[in-house]
Amino acid sequence: MKKTILLLLPFAGLLWVPLYNRHDPVLLGFPFFYWYQLAWVPVTSVLIWMAWKTDRQS
Amino acid sequence: MNTPLPDNAAIGVFILFFVATIVLGSTVRFWRPLLNRRKAATHPSQGEEWGLGGREFGAWVTWFLVGGDFYTAYTVIAVPALVYSTGGFGFFALPYTIIVYPFIFAVMPKLWTIARDGGHATAADIVRARFGSRTLELAVAISGLVAVLPYIALQLIGIRTVVEALGYTGMLPLLFAFVSLAAYTWLGGLHAPALTAFIKDVMIYIAVLAAVIIVPIHLGGYGAMFHAATEHLPALPGGRIVSQDQTVPYATLALSSAFAAFLYPHTLTGILAAKSADTIRQNAVFLPIYTIVLGLIALLGLMAHAAGIVTTSSSQVVPQLFLAIFPSWFAGFCFAAIAVGALVPASVMAIGAANLIMHNILPRHSESVTGSRLAGLGVKVGALGCVVFLNAKFAIDLQLLGGVIILQTFPALIMGLLPLRLSAPALIGGWASGSLFGLGLCWLDGLKPVHPIAFGGFSASVSTGLLALGVNIVVTMVLGSVIRLALGASPSTLQPRQSVRRQG
Repeated sequence: MKKTILLLLPFAGLLWVPLYNRHDPVLLGFPFFYWYQLAWVPVTSVLIWMAWKTDRQS
Repeated sequence: MNTPLPDNAAIGVFILFFVATIVLGSTVRFWRPLLNRRKAATHPSQGEEWGLGGREFGAWVTWFLVGGDFYTAYTVIAVPALVYSTGGFGFFALPYTIIVYPFIFAVMPKLWTIARDGGHATAADIVRARFGSRTLELAVAISGLVAVLPYIALQLIGIRTVVEALGYTGMLPLLFAFVSLAAYTWLGGLHAPALTAFIKDVMIYIAVLAAVIIVPIHLGGYGAMFHAATEHLPALPGGRIVSQDQTVPYATLALSSAFAAFLYPHTLTGILAAKSADTIRQNAVFLPIYTIVLGLIALLGLMAHAAGIVTTSSSQVVPQLFLAIFPSWFAGFCFAAIAVGALVPASVMAIGAANLIMHNILPRHSESVTGSRLAGLGVKVGALGCVVFLNAKFAIDLQLLGGVIILQTFPALIMGLLPLRLSAPALIGGWASGSLFGLGLCWLDGLKPVHPIAFGGFSASVSTGLLALGVNIVVTMVLGSVIRLALGASPSTLQPRQSVRRQG
């Protein structure tokens, strides 16, 4: 169950486009739209890694 | 066009790197034993060796192989081209290549275990064993073949694009692309792309990192770059990056691309060639590193605007940008990176398609390596035909159709893993109606990737592939229930199910 939620989070964060379809706040010159999506890359790696650990424990 | 023409330095560097990669890949069976002496007589068959690399690739090789054939040269050309012409909308490739990994993590280890236990090399093998249906096997195999041909064609176009950017015209660039691909795959098998994929990646990384560092320096930082680029794109109210009516297409295209991505024969080949199910899980954690690079590559489309590149042929956006900002020898290096980046995945695609022909489409199961090689060559000739007889624009449209077609194998291959009562006739019915519906919609919409729908006050454009998949699933479910009712649910009408619970 926990594993399923971990794996579904990236879908929720990225497929609801109005959530991040904005210019501000800007980070290092990158509009929010771009850095928000790029930030999901490392976050997704960590989430999958956590799901993997959960798998092994059970 | 105001960009400088390439000189001999560019051409020389290009040829040096491109030829070195081909020679290394083609001669892989001579030098590989030097690296690794322990494996000699353990291989089940030569066919599995050529086509699946002996199913022994560890975490690193799998990382390079899967990453190498998923992020193709066409990505380097087409994604920035789309961003160049549509702005933020073209960025949907980023969410697509993120959400694909949780999906891989959840699904592919199970599929790998089934394939290993049954000795399957292709999606169609798995489906035949699971549902006991030759017709369903053919349906899945032909979908894979039809979907991958335009994909290979696009890789050939990728090589042709950079050779043309070097100043050559006519049929020569295409011939060059074809001959190099054929030699490389014929001699090296799957070991060639697996062991040269790292060369490709290092070269692409160098090219992309140089671009994302040097271009903003030229233009006064990323803030200035984004600012300059937006002036070339239509302005949107409220600081939006994609317009209101593009948000649903953005999300549904990302989702359907993610579902389709690993149904293709070439991506599945990379997965099935892994050594263990845990190799795949580990890769799901680390493969997103490529996605960062993809995001940077996508930004090249905006940088081209900011750098003042004006071209009507969008596939020339990246080559023109490289020629404009790099010294010519380094532009030559970047072009070699793109060409090698097309060669590696095209070779895996041809092998994946050859596996399908040999295992699933030909009536008798054949294991000969020469047969597989000939099938691979046939596939490449087919792809060459796509390039020669259809124009480049149509090849891109064909690739879209390929995505719609391959997505229709989702119920048989992926939903087949779930504890659902699916039967072969129902899946075949679903596959046929989904494919016809999807192709029909594409045809009516003039080959656009999305179709407008409306119900209950809600209207939006949704990915055609996803709509067709919806039809496919509904038909599969309804047919399944009808067949069960009609036959009184006698157990003999349902195929015996294998256990999917075993861990690799």
